[in-house]
Amino acid sequence: MREITRHALFWPVVALVALLAANTIYRPDFLGVTILNGHLFGAPVDILRNAAPLMLVALGMTLVIATRGIDLSVGAVVAIAGALSLSFIATSPNPGSVSTVLLAIAIALGVSLVLGVWNGFLVSVVGIQPIIATLILMTAGRGIAMLITEGQITTVTSPAFKTLGSGFWLGVPVATLVAGSVFVLVALLVRRTALGMLVESVGINPAASRLAGVKARTIVWTVFALSGLFSGLAGLILASNVMAADANNAGLFIELDAILAVVIGGTSLQGGKFSLSGTFVGVLIITTLTLTVTIVGISPLVTPLFKALVVIAVTLLQSPRIRESFAARARRRAARPEEVSV
Amino acid sequence: MTSSETAERPVVQMTGISIEFPGVKALDQVDFRLFPGEVHALMGENGAGKSTLIKALTGVYGIDAGEILVDGEPHQFSGPGEAQSAGIATVYQEVNLCENLTVAENIMLGHEPRRLGAIDWRATRREAARHLATMGLDIDPASSLGAHSIAVQQLVAISRAMVVDAKVLILDEPTSSLDADEVAQLFAVVRRLRDEGVAILFVSHFIEQVYEISDRMTVLRNGGLVGEYTTAETDRLQLVSTMIGRSMEVLEDLHVSTAHTVAVEEGSTPYLQAVGLGRKGSVQPFDLDVYSGEVVGLAGLLGSGRTEVARLLAGADRADSGDTRINGVPVRLRNPRAAIGSGIAFSSEDRKAEGVVGDLTVRENIVLGLQAGRGWMRRLPARQVDEIVDKYVAALGIRPANPRALLRNLSGGNQQKVLLARWLATAPELLILDEPTRGIDVGAKAEIQKLVAELAERGMAVVFISAELEEVLRLSHRIAVMRDRDKVAEVVNTDDVRVDDVVELIASGGKH
Repeated sequence: MREITRHALFWPVVALVALLAANTIYRPDFLGVTILNGHLFGAPVDILRNAAPLMLVALGMTLVIATRGIDLSVGAVVAIAGALSLSFIATSPNPGSVSTVLLAIAIALGVSLVLGVWNGFLVSVVGIQPIIATLILMTAGRGIAMLITEGQITTVTSPAFKTLGSGFWLGVPVATLVAGSVFVLVALLVRRTALGMLVESVGINPAASRLAGVKARTIVWTVFALSGLFSGLAGLILASNVMAADANNAGLFIELDAILAVVIGGTSLQGGKFSLSGTFVGVLIITTLTLTVTIVGISPLVTPLFKALVVIAVTLLQSPRIRESFAARARRRAARPEEVSV
Repeated sequence: MTSSETAERPVVQMTGISIEFPGVKALDQVDFRLFPGEVHALMGENGAGKSTLIKALTGVYGIDAGEILVDGEPHQFSGPGEAQSAGIATVYQEVNLCENLTVAENIMLGHEPRRLGAIDWRATRREAARHLATMGLDIDPASSLGAHSIAVQQLVAISRAMVVDAKVLILDEPTSSLDADEVAQLFAVVRRLRDEGVAILFVSHFIEQVYEISDRMTVLRNGGLVGEYTTAETDRLQLVSTMIGRSMEVLEDLHVSTAHTVAVEEGSTPYLQAVGLGRKGSVQPFDLDVYSGEVVGLAGLLGSGRTEVARLLAGADRADSGDTRINGVPVRLRNPRAAIGSGIAFSSEDRKAEGVVGDLTVRENIVLGLQAGRGWMRRLPARQVDEIVDKYVAALGIRPANPRALLRNLSGGNQQKVLLARWLATAPELLILDEPTRGIDVGAKAEIQKLVAELAERGMAVVFISAELEEVLRLSHRIAVMRDRDKVAEVVNTDDVRVDDVVELIASGGKH
C-alpha cells in the first residue's frame, strides 16, 4: 500500500478519479459509453478526443521542460499550422481530394518543424533564455498566422481534412488515435534510444553533462524541434475540428494548459526527470476539468479558476515536503499504540 | 575523560539515534555527547554517517528512533532555523552565503537592528564589525563578500553563526579548501570560542588538524557508533584503523608499488604534447608532455593554475594560444567532447557542480560518458551496460553496490568512484584527475591512489592534481610545479625528491 501511495503518479490519478467520480454523481450516466452508428459515444470518448491536441502539445512541452527550457510559442504554432493548412486547401482547385489534404498537412507540419528548429536555434546556439526566445515566436507567430489568413477567418469544406479532427476509425476518434500513436512513438523514442537519459542529464546538471561529452546543443535543439512539430499536428487537429482558421483564437492559452499538464504530471519546472505518463494523466485532468465545468453548468469564464484550484491541490500533494509531513504523521500515529503497550 | 567533564552536563546528548533512507540504514543506534567548552571531532569514512548525524541534530532529517537532549531537555527540531534558535549553529562545507551581498548583510541577515520598522544600516554594519572583531578578522563590513577569499568567507560564515550566541557550533569540513595559514587563522577563532564555553563539533578529513584542534573524538563506521575517544590518548594508526575497520594493508601495499621507474622509452613521442598552450586571464603559455604509462603530477598552491592547466588540456576551456598534439598530430580541442574523442578524460575538482548528475542513477552516471560519445540515437544495449556497471561497481568497491540508487544518495567518496568509473568506461588514453581525493575518506583515498598507479602501469597516461604534495610525490613520475598561474619548474621524481624540495620550488618560483 505504501508503495502505491508513494508512486509519483498516485495523487494525479487520485485527482482524476475524484473528478470523474464527481461528474458521475452529477450525471450518473457520465461514464457510460454507447455505440451509435458504429462509433463510440459518451463523455469518456469526448474527453479522449478533446484531449488529443493538448496531449500533443504537452508531449513536446514535457521534453522541453526536462532540459530546463520552456516553449511559450506552442499556441502560435497551432495557429500557424491551422492557417497554413486551411488556406492551402481553400485556394486549391480541389479542396476535397485526399492528395490536396495530405499536401496541406505536409506543408503545415514542415513549417511547424522549421519554427521549432528556429526556437531551438535561438536557445541552443544564440543562447537566449528559453522563455524569452519562445516569447518572440509566441507574439510574432499570431501575426504570421494573420498574414496567412489575410485577417479573415478562413472556412473551408473538405470532408477528407475534417476526418482528422472529427472522424472515427474502427469506432475510435481519429484525433485520439493520432495523439495516442504519437505518444507511443515518443515514449519509444525517449526510452529505447538514449534521448531520455541525455535529456534528463542536461536538465539536471548542464555543466557536468558538457564535461561528460553530451552534445547538449543537439539535445536542446531536438526537443524544441519536436515541440514545434507536435504543436503543428495539434494545430491541424484543432483546425480540422472547426474547419476554420482563426489566427487570433486557435490554440489560445494552450501553452498554459500544456505547462500545467506537465507540472501536474510530476515533471519539475527545474528540469531533469520527466514523466510522459504523468503528462498523460495531467492532460486528462485538465480536459476532464474543462468538460466538468460545462456539464455542471458553470460559466466557462470561470474555468481558469477551477483549473487553478486543481493544480494547487495536485502540486501540493506531490510536493516532497507535504508528503514527508503526511508520512511523519502516519508514523507517529503508528508509533503511539506501541508506546502505550510499553 | 576527566572527572570535571563527567560532572558537567552535556549540552547535547543524543541517544540511540536511528535514521533509515529507502534501501540504506544511514544511522543505527548512535549515541553522541557534546560538552560545553570542548572541540569534539566527528570522525569516519565517507558514508559513515557523519553528515547524517549532524543533520539529525539540526533537524534537517527527522529521526526514526532515539532521543535528542539539548541542555537536558528533549528536542526534535523540524529544521535548521529551529535548531539555530535553540543555540545550535552550523557552518557547512560549502559556504552558504550570498556572495553578492556585503559582509555585514551576510553576517546580520535576519537579525538586522531596526529603527521605526526599517533596517538601520549603520547599526547593522557596526554590529557586524563587532562580531568580526571577536573573530580577529579585520575586513570592511561594507565590502562585498564575493571579493574575499574562501577562507575569509568561511570566517564570515562562523561570525554569522555566532550572531545568535550559539552554544553549539557545528563546523562541517571547514578547512577543505583552506591553505595552512588560513587554517591557523580559523583554528585561532575556534580556540577562542571554545575558551568562551562554546561546544564545537568539528568534522574534517585532515587527521593532523583533528589532532591539533580537538579534545575528544567520536568515530562512526557504516552508520554505527565505534566509540568515543580522548584525542590525546589515541594514536593516529589506532584512529585510522578504527575508522576504516580493517588493517592498513591497502595503504602499505601502495608504498611498495610506487617505485619511481619511468616507463618511457628514450625518443618516443608523448601521447599528449602541449606547446605554448595558454589562455588569457587563466594561465600563462606552458609546455607539457605526457607519455603513455606515466603519471605527471601538477603541484602548486590553491589558485596557482593547476586546475586551469587541466581544463585547457581537457578542452573544458578553450586555449587562445599554443597547440595541443596527440601522438604528434596537432588537434584542436574546442570542447570536452572533442577531447573525449581524442581519448582524453577529465574529472573536475568540483565534483558536485561539474561531475555528479545527482538525480540519475549510479548506472546512468557510469555510462553517461560512453553514451554521450555514441550520441542519443545509438543507445548502449542494456546487457553491455550491466556488464560495464557491474565491472566498475565491483572493481572500485562502490557502496552501496546498487546500480539503481540515485547518485545523490551516495557519499562523497562513492560519488567520486562513480565519476572515475564514468571516465574509465570511456577507455581513455589520458586521464586527467583534478583533486580526485579531496574530501573523501582515508580508505577510498588509498584505493583511488592505488588505482591511479595501476592504470599507469597498464599504459594509461595520467595527469594527477592534488593539494596534498605527499600524494603527488607518491604517485607521480614527473612533477610540474605551478605558481601564480605559470608553470615554473618540472622535476623528474626520484626517491631523493622530498616534499620540502617541491615546497621550495613553489616558494622560489623555480629560480635558485
